[in-house]
Amino acid sequence: MSVYAGPVQDLIDELGRLPGVGPKSAQRIAFYLLKLPTADATRLADAITEVKARVAFCERCFNIAEGPECGICSDPRRDTHLICVVEEPRDIVAVEKTGEFRGRYHVLQGAISPIEGIGPDQLKVAELVARLEPEDVTEVILCTNPNIEGEATAMYLSRLLKPLGLKVTRIASGLPVGGDLEYADELTLGRALEGRRELEPDGD
Amino acid sequence: MQLYRDQGVVLRTWKLGEADRIVVLMTKGHGKVRAVAKGVRKTRSKFGSRLEPTSHIAVQLYPGRELDTVTQVDSIDHFRAIRDDLDLLARAVPLLEAVDQLALEGEPNRRLYEMLVGALRTLADEGSPLVVPGFFLKALALEGFRPVVDHCVSCGATEDLVAFDEDAGGVLCRSCRRGGAISPDALSLLQRILGGQLGSALSEPPGPASHEVEVLATRLLEHHLERRLRSVDVGLAG
Ligand SMILES: [Zn+2]
Ligand SMILES: [Zn+2]
Repeated sequence: MSVYAGPVQDLIDELGRLPGVGPKSAQRIAFYLLKLPTADATRLADAITEVKARVAFCERCFNIAEGPECGICSDPRRDTHLICVVEEPRDIVAVEKTGEFRGRYHVLQGAISPIEGIGPDQLKVAELVARLEPEDVTEVILCTNPNIEGEATAMYLSRLLKPLGLKVTRIASGLPVGGDLEYADELTLGRALEGRRELEPDGD
Repeated sequence: MQLYRDQGVVLRTWKLGEADRIVVLMTKGHGKVRAVAKGVRKTRSKFGSRLEPTSHIAVQLYPGRELDTVTQVDSIDHFRAIRDDLDLLARAVPLLEAVDQLALEGEPNRRLYEMLVGALRTLADEGSPLVVPGFFLKALALEGFRPVVDHCVSCGATEDLVAFDEDAGGVLCRSCRRGGAISPDALSLLQRILGGQLGSALSEPPGPASHEVEVLATRLLEHHLERRLRSVDVGLAG
């Protein structure tokens, strides 16, 4: 049952659909916006309209793009045989910062989460498979988050892609640099032990 | 407000703000607990991956008005076999969702907690297809909704039981039949699960009867909860 008059309730409903905003917060934000000077409120509305009009998702990799393709996909220097699969566009920023990856990306726009009822059909999985042949992809690097949803997504994709004759790799989720061993949880430590490498005989 | 310690299983988590998570726990002594884990999404978090769904943990919490705060976590069992196997994970999550629906905040339910830990352990060790339906049926029995499987719910006949109806709450004989059909093998599995022979039922190899029991137990639980379980059938089966 709605307590507020039409437009106010509409605003609360819309805000309540944003990620991480519960009914109480939606109400609080709505009343904040009501008190805002018209110019400020219009600027916010314009920013939303503008971003929806000018920015969309890349037709190829579902990164954020200002044209049909994102800056990375339209860069001829990128290695097209290599795809790094991430959950969200912001993960691309993190990988790009390393300067270590010269291939292209594929954004799933989420991760498999059985408890939320999110399976592969809700993600850009079919779109990833459709890219493999035309782009002559030889290696897919699974760069999903090291949490249960990201692990489930990586396991699913690896099972889906390996039979296609591709090299499928998963980023190592080892011990964070700067973290203390005593704080490492058992699962991370166990996996890191399995993925251990031989040290050079002369040290370093 | 006093710090308290308990053991629990992480049922689900969701993101809060930039680096925090809300975790929902089924605890041994405090029923369902919702708590915030601060900084858990940072890679240097001391909580690491201990606060992921399915993890069995010993936890220290600080009570709050709406949410408690996790101050310390130790791992009891992270059920690695489940975490590293998509099929097992796909079956573990409905257990967590069912407990999230059945358990209440501030109402201790030690039996349900123990059943959940037991089911996760069995799933990790043996992976039997009947772990999940067995858990659903036992949980319903614990709630006081034990389905009748030994005699016809309508006339009491013990022979020729051929149908199962969740509205009626059990099996029906040929002359009273309504609801869906049930095979003799599936009926025998139901009787063993609810008749104190869960262990022997779990050792049965997967087959049409165990699949039938799986579907039936899910339907029965959903009927009791008056909602669908979202984590069943998300399309992970390989
Ligand atoms: Zn792109
Ligand atoms: Zn009858």
